[in-house]
Amino acid sequence: MIRHWCEVMGDTNPAYTGPDAIAPPTMLQVWTMGGLSGHAGRTEAFDELLGLLDEAGCTSVVATDCEQEYLRPLRPGDEVTFDAVIESVSDRKRTKLGTGYFVTTRMDVPVAGEPVGIHRFRILKYAPAPGGTGARRPRPVINRDNAGFWEGVARHRLLIQRCSGCGTPRFPWLPGCGACGSPDWDTVEAGGEGTVYSYVVVHHPPFPAFDPPYAVGLIALAEGVRIVADVVGVPCDKVRIGMPVRLEFHRYDEELQLPVFRPLDGDGRSGEPIGHGEEPG
Amino acid sequence: MRGGGPQAGAVRVGTRLPPLEIEITRTLIVAGAIASRDYQDVHHDPESARRKGSPDIFMNILTTNGLVGRYVTDHFGPNAVLRKVAVRLGAPNRPGDTMVLTGTVEEADGETVTVGVVGSNGIGRHVTGTVTLTLPGWGAG
Ligand SMILES: [Zn+2]
Repeated sequence: MIRHWCEVMGDTNPAYTGPDAIAPPTMLQVWTMGGLSGHAGRTEAFDELLGLLDEAGCTSVVATDCEQEYLRPLRPGDEVTFDAVIESVSDRKRTKLGTGYFVTTRMDVPVAGEPVGIHRFRILKYAPAPGGTGARRPRPVINRDNAGFWEGVARHRLLIQRCSGCGTPRFPWLPGCGACGSPDWDTVEAGGEGTVYSYVVVHHPPFPAFDPPYAVGLIALAEGVRIVADVVGVPCDKVRIGMPVRLEFHRYDEELQLPVFRPLDGDGRSGEPIGHGEEPG
Repeated sequence: MRGGGPQAGAVRVGTRLPPLEIEITRTLIVAGAIASRDYQDVHHDPESARRKGSPDIFMNILTTNGLVGRYVTDHFGPNAVLRKVAVRLGAPNRPGDTMVLTGTVEEADGETVTVGVVGSNGIGRHVTGTVTLTLPGWGAG
């Protein structure tokens, strides 16, 4: 096992070969793994906890932290045992993967009663976020004509092109002006106010990463251009032409953010923000 | 490189370890999972990974831990003794990505050295870690 480990890690440290070989200390947890057959004869506390979290819908698991202390090197022939204690279970947290609980365990690893290592481990047991088929939305095609728009989105700015020749704003981004033909332009940042100019509600066909029915709006921006974007924060059958909306940016995954529009309340404020979650850990 | 590692005087707070690039292949992810006896399907079965909300399989924490340990002992040589390795995972290591490990000496006290390690991939920070090691015989240096 040491040889296989070193081969995978690309670890050529001579301390791990030959008659006096020690095991790479970072293998500490490896010696405690149940493998395909699992561990027999353990108390049921940990399985019980995982079972409870499964029942709470948190069926997926991901490791987030590992802290190891090595008290002495392990050598071939050492027989490792371990005692595990569940140290803590967090409140339910919202993460990018979905909501779930952080579970911290501590393992004391002795050889013949002598402590050789301490292994503390944290996992996130979570309910996969909706759209949990894992499918991701299509990526935008970014080219030199529209790169500036996507750079703006990355900084949460909705940038509109404006012709330097005649001042006409245009959207989506194009290499030249439709009014006067000038190739010269600069940008203006949209203030974020708009109204629903038109919309469709998509019921069919279902695309991976989309969750029908949903509303796609053609939003007339205060700056005088229109943009196609999701209308969020309102049931799709409540979207209406003329509805005042405000711009926000929604993150769909670690690389894709898009401008979306949310209807204003009666008093002119937009509602609850979409939760973007926190990092695991 | 005989004897391995830098000389005692060369280890100061702020010293940077040369970066190490690791290609995250599907093979490395699967081999690392098996070498660590971790048969969770998200580390070898893309279909299962997708059902659990990940677009593809991803490297397990034990492999990351091993790579961080190797990165530091590669630099300090075979006489270096690892005392503590603590890692926190962020952006997953998925096939086709490259992780670049960088390290900086954060503390150097007699024989004991603490190194901060960061592994960044195309998505962000895969791992942030702290490695404590001793360098026997360096106490006077
Ligand atoms: Zn013009």
